[in-house]
Amino acid sequence: MTDIRYLAPRTLDEAVGAFAAAAGGARILAGGTDLLVQMRAGVAKPGTIIDIKKIPEMTAIEDLGGGAFRIGAAVSGAVLAEHAGFRKAWPGVLEAVNLIGSKQVQGRASPGGNLCNASPAGDSVPAMVAAGAVVTIQGPNGRRELPVEKVPAGPGRTNLTPGEIVVSFTLPARPKGSGDAYLRMIPRTEMDIAVVGMGVNLVLEGGVVKAARVGLGAVAPTVLLVEDAARALIGSRLDDAALEAAAAACRAACKPINDKRGTIAYRIKVAGVLLKRTAAIAARRAGGN
Amino acid sequence: MNDMTNKWIGQRTIRPDGADKVTGRAQYSADVNMPGMMWGKVLRSPHAHARIRGIDTSKAEALPGVKAIVTAKDIVEFPVDKSVMLGIQDMRWMCRNVMAREKALFHGHPVAAVAAISEEVAAAACALIEVDYEVLPHVIEIEDAIKPDAPILHEWNKHEGKSSNITGTMVLKTGDVEAGFKDADVIVERSFTTRPVHQGYIEPHSCTVSYAADGRVTIWSSSQGQFMVRAMTSLLTGIPQSNIRAIPAEIGGGFGGKTIIYLEPVAVMLSKKSGRPVKMVMTRDEVQRATGPAPGSMSTVKIGAKKDGTIVAAQATFYVQAGGLPGAPLRGPVGCSLSAYAIPNVLSVGYEVVSNRSKVAAYRAPGGPHGAFAAESVLDEIAEKLGLDPLDLRIRNSAKPGDKALYGPTFGQVTFKETIEAIKAHPHYKAPLDRNPRPGVKRGRGVASGFWYNAGGESSVQVNITEDGNVVVTTGHPDIGGSRASISNVVAELLGVEHSRVNVIIGDTMTIGFSNLTGGSRVTFASAMVATASTEKVIGQLKERAAKIWNIDAEAVKWEDGMALPAGDNAGKFPPLSLKELAAKANEMGGPIGTQVQLNTTGADPGFATHVVDVEVDVDLGIIRVLRYTAAQDVGRALHPGYVEGQIQGGVVQGIGWALSEEYLYDKNGKVDNATFLDYRMPVCSDVPMIDAVMLEIPNPKHPQGVRGVGEAPIVPPLAAIANAVYDALGKRFSALPMSPPRVTERLEQP
Repeated sequence: MTDIRYLAPRTLDEAVGAFAAAAGGARILAGGTDLLVQMRAGVAKPGTIIDIKKIPEMTAIEDLGGGAFRIGAAVSGAVLAEHAGFRKAWPGVLEAVNLIGSKQVQGRASPGGNLCNASPAGDSVPAMVAAGAVVTIQGPNGRRELPVEKVPAGPGRTNLTPGEIVVSFTLPARPKGSGDAYLRMIPRTEMDIAVVGMGVNLVLEGGVVKAARVGLGAVAPTVLLVEDAARALIGSRLDDAALEAAAAACRAACKPINDKRGTIAYRIKVAGVLLKRTAAIAARRAGGN
Repeated sequence: MNDMTNKWIGQRTIRPDGADKVTGRAQYSADVNMPGMMWGKVLRSPHAHARIRGIDTSKAEALPGVKAIVTAKDIVEFPVDKSVMLGIQDMRWMCRNVMAREKALFHGHPVAAVAAISEEVAAAACALIEVDYEVLPHVIEIEDAIKPDAPILHEWNKHEGKSSNITGTMVLKTGDVEAGFKDADVIVERSFTTRPVHQGYIEPHSCTVSYAADGRVTIWSSSQGQFMVRAMTSLLTGIPQSNIRAIPAEIGGGFGGKTIIYLEPVAVMLSKKSGRPVKMVMTRDEVQRATGPAPGSMSTVKIGAKKDGTIVAAQATFYVQAGGLPGAPLRGPVGCSLSAYAIPNVLSVGYEVVSNRSKVAAYRAPGGPHGAFAAESVLDEIAEKLGLDPLDLRIRNSAKPGDKALYGPTFGQVTFKETIEAIKAHPHYKAPLDRNPRPGVKRGRGVASGFWYNAGGESSVQVNITEDGNVVVTTGHPDIGGSRASISNVVAELLGVEHSRVNVIIGDTMTIGFSNLTGGSRVTFASAMVATASTEKVIGQLKERAAKIWNIDAEAVKWEDGMALPAGDNAGKFPPLSLKELAAKANEMGGPIGTQVQLNTTGADPGFATHVVDVEVDVDLGIIRVLRYTAAQDVGRALHPGYVEGQIQGGVVQGIGWALSEEYLYDKNGKVDNATFLDYRMPVCSDVPMIDAVMLEIPNPKHPQGVRGVGEAPIVPPLAAIANAVYDALGKRFSALPMSPPRVTERLEQP
């Protein structure tokens, strides 16, 4: 009954112009794996859909050297997985992106969409937070950059201003001894949504943690950067006491709800368990194994 | 005519529906479209429990594109004081389930329906219908519904003299349990709960209906019985059965949940009122909210045994959910849970409880898994207390031929022991189990058995020889578990022709004789029996034709390898006449060759199954995974082994979901909170191992091929088998399902 305008601009300026002009009546389409589901459910009723996949910058993967990468916001998980250099530098980010949905969904779903959907349970977000990714945003007033953890504002809400589009993620260079990992708890083995999601990124030197970042998902209105957990790990050899301190910091950071996907008590407990398990994988990767 | 040297019976022949399904050609009911077709949509109650004071459809009727609106007043009313049964369904409740009458009894209960030029217009019209609800307090769980001060769903219903949500009871009894328990050396009594689970068919309910100007109706729909669709639609619309042609579409799963109708009578009335064909397709959300799950249950089982393991007494009480309207499968737990055992003193009691959830429907061995979960868990504990192997305990107490079953009849063949021995001898049961393979990971092994009644009943099969000497078989049962493949194997075998020359189709209510539902593990049993009778008649006709051509007696002709031959030297010397040759001469020698046989079949002896399972528990996360699963079952004769294995594997996987992950979640307003396959967690492929199906082929002496029903018994043991394995792993018994990660974690923190 309702007409929907579909636009597929070739430049970011056109996209931003159209998005701003629609004054809230438009939605950005990357893979569409959230948007189309919301439209079918009657939750989203956009008057205009702006498909950003024809904008080269949004689908590019740029190797910046030394393990640093810039990833277009609309790059699909499946395409990212085919990039050998990225796979080697950021296995944790990659495994997180490719836990989104099924194989078919992974051919469409993008980290940009996952971030802008602003679900606290989005799988790629805790890994991107742990990675220290910085997001490039373009809007009617030009470009700006935000740390990825600053983008979500709450379930389904972001800190983007009207007309702004997430363009790309920039991941920093990888010093020697770097490793990242992502684990999530789901009741099934696949095709599920994280009850808790955990991203850990470590830099080790001689077995000692030099740098650490911990991203924690599905336990609060937004994905959390758990700085206390990182502090507990830095300077340690990942001994049991340090891991338990980091796990305790993760548990303390949780502000979960009881819902159909998990209870408060369960989510808090799992956050601690996953910190230890994810850190172990990240450390193994950092050690070159 | 039936042994292991058969050419087609027992072969994994290509499935007749396979090519259509993998190429997308199969016609499911949502694939049927008609010129001028309208879309029907149902307005559903937003409340869990509400009196309907009035419905104003005027605004919806005024919306352009709306062609018809139906409410309860368009559906035939059956007064609550007089039962009218059709199969297991009482039309008093059916008429109130397809369209709410006095009250909306659950969130999602149909209140009105609209036919309009598009789905969008129909949905917009539904939103314009004004229903005056008096919202009432609601009750969801059994334990709340049976409390003295619970909100009452049906004021007219009395239990023990008082208004109550207990709408039915069933008692089976033998011996004297009080006296029996006095003789016991060990007694274990435990209580259990299971949650409602949905059948989870991938294809939602749908139908396309055309009510013609002359009053004749055609229904294309997905169901487990086109004759059930015809009869129920007739009763609920007042249209005679002879005017209703119900055409079974290809079915995308049923598991019992399509032995009942939801949309057809509503679509018929929309089509009648609009004068247009009407199509209705449920969304997944509607399927989950408003179609029948299996009930939840609350049960207590007490079993007493002697030191040597002989069971002397058993007492069981089952509270079984019905949903908003009566119709819980009490005979499942009450009759099945203890029937595989020879126990002298038994008292088994069931109570049906209504509450504000969707009306339950049959689901694979209805009620059987609930009862077995309780009884087989208690047996495991008895075996442990007595220091006996749990399989030996079951062998010792197995019912025997000639025993009187708790539910009435006297057992003929009893093949329970064979299933237990098959598991005992299986490499799985003997394989060493690494109980603590890694820190934080524990493994355990469990066993359980199961019993299901099985059934025979009405079946019709037409066998026709085509003019070019091939075979067309028409049956009256929707094929949900390989009945077409099984029947084609049987007919090809009996006629002695290549399997590729036999085509089996499913007739509609006007092209084939009455055939009962596909359900109760009955269809392959019944239709193979009737197909045999029908084919044998056709072979008789073929022999008569050959006799006529050779001018000898029909008795002097035999049928072998697809040809008529003189029975012996005395009959004379004639070259054989093939099916093709006889078909070519059919019309000059007496007319078309073919016949239909219609029978009410009997002789479906019960099914027995014994399972063993290994589980692994991630202790810190509370996640249970099934590592290995072996299911032994007496299948009588596997006409098509691939399908028989599929039945066993499918039943087990559904049982795994029931045990570990599936449940309905309700919010505080009594609304289903997880009406999607994302949050209603059925297992996906990667959640389960390949299920090893051990098919014991012990021929059923009452069936021409030895067939025994196989579809339901496999879902009976898994709940208890998995719970017993989890106990073996963790040393803690789980009396509440599902054993989901938060529950396991919580239980591990308890003593």
